[in-house]
Amino acid sequence: MAERRYSKTHEWVTVDGKTATVGISDFAQAQLGDVVFLDLPKPGRKVGKGEAFGVIESVKAASDLYSPVNGTVAAVNENLTSHPELVNSDPYGEGWILKVDLAGAVPTDLMDEADYKKAAEAGAH
Amino acid sequence: MPNRTPLYDRHVALGGRMVDFGGWEMPQQYTSIRDEHLAVRKVAGLFDVSHMGRLNVDGRDAEAFLNSIVTNDVAGVHPGHAQYNLMCREDGGIIDDLVIYKSSPTDFVVVVNASNREKDVAWLRAHLPAGVAMEDRTSEVSLLAFQGPRAEELLPKHTSDTRELPYFGFVKGSIAGVDGYIARTGYTGEDGFELFVPSKHVGDVWDALLENGRGQGVLPAGLGARDAARLEAALRLWGNDMDETVNAYEAGLGWTVKLDKGDFVGRDALAKVKESGPRRRLIGLSMAAGNIPRHGAAVIKDGARIGTVTSGTHSFFLEHPIALALVEVPSLRAGDTVSVDVRGREAPAEVARLPFYRGSAHTASAPAKSKDSN
Repeated sequence: MAERRYSKTHEWVTVDGKTATVGISDFAQAQLGDVVFLDLPKPGRKVGKGEAFGVIESVKAASDLYSPVNGTVAAVNENLTSHPELVNSDPYGEGWILKVDLAGAVPTDLMDEADYKKAAEAGAH
Repeated sequence: MPNRTPLYDRHVALGGRMVDFGGWEMPQQYTSIRDEHLAVRKVAGLFDVSHMGRLNVDGRDAEAFLNSIVTNDVAGVHPGHAQYNLMCREDGGIIDDLVIYKSSPTDFVVVVNASNREKDVAWLRAHLPAGVAMEDRTSEVSLLAFQGPRAEELLPKHTSDTRELPYFGFVKGSIAGVDGYIARTGYTGEDGFELFVPSKHVGDVWDALLENGRGQGVLPAGLGARDAARLEAALRLWGNDMDETVNAYEAGLGWTVKLDKGDFVGRDALAKVKESGPRRRLIGLSMAAGNIPRHGAAVIKDGARIGTVTSGTHSFFLEHPIALALVEVPSLRAGDTVSVDVRGREAPAEVARLPFYRGSAHTASAPAKSKDSN
């Protein structure tokens, strides 16, 4: 399943076999403004769906990051340490945040692109 | 319904993310705070600062009146120069900080903070003597700030020669063919200009400045870049770093207080503070990447809260977070270490020398040129 799915808290996830890649949406990065720092977990840490796994700091504010899936952190994007702005410039590519070894299935309540877009736009007003 | 400046449509067309600031809908950023901030530091940035209040004060006793209500010595300013000033309550609390432009001893323009304009107008009017007139010209006259080390060379054609214009000096002149006033003042620590132009022509001036700077790295810059630049230059922001509960000495602005110039509102209270020494002091803090000190965060030393962060950001130019903080330990010195509450934990911070960065302004954050400093 390479299709990107979204949480209500503006994280995205794609799944390749048993590994999920997690980031934040284009809408979220635009709302946050320039990202200057990410506080991320170490590989090996267990994360649960809806649970805060880290913090993202923009010039405007600090926000919690929530895991859209259950599993164990396999890797974090080390590039973000020196180039946090990748989250702004390429949120679905170079700006990925976390890789997670999935425990169980991908939650079914995540939104597809169209539904997420509708929800994000509604929430912005 | 918030106020809009005459450039509102241009801001939106340029992709500006509009936010409420002091009752005005202003662009926080167009593309990126980082890019806009770096443009100001390396080339030049163009800001719409028309939200700030512009008040004409004139009449036979205008100078005596202003001198009786602000802290600095307006009489000591040469015509054609501006001066940074505080307006205080009787108890010394800061009502607002303002820049007074003196055309002559009978003719002044006072620039005030947007959020304080109505309060300032009421305060000035309540003290206004016969023989002095005040007019709020904020709508008729717009204000642009063109700031950066290359601002002077990137002024558009049909602009008056500014090479002889000193820091904090201003002249009547032409900007891209539009008659107005050119002042070598600003709020970024960089060289540059604040341009007073009739509101009906400000769009032409804005367009000419951006057009001329295209390909040179000039960017329109929003409130985010402005806040970062002023913080690096340690220029205080009313409402964050000072307000009516803070006095000039606590804010580190004692240099604007001229106790020997004659009586003015707040003089007695400020004389007492000067004699006993301020209880609190505004200091600079420098932190490691990732620890962004936010407005309101606790400053801690030896386990006890000693003060509060008043302004903080990540400096894209200095590449680490910086902050101003009001602390109850006036004895702290540059190099001392304290802690700041960042997301619920104590992060180390070093007391920094101010300003954090001295830009291309001829004398960043120095007093206006006056007779006694010549």
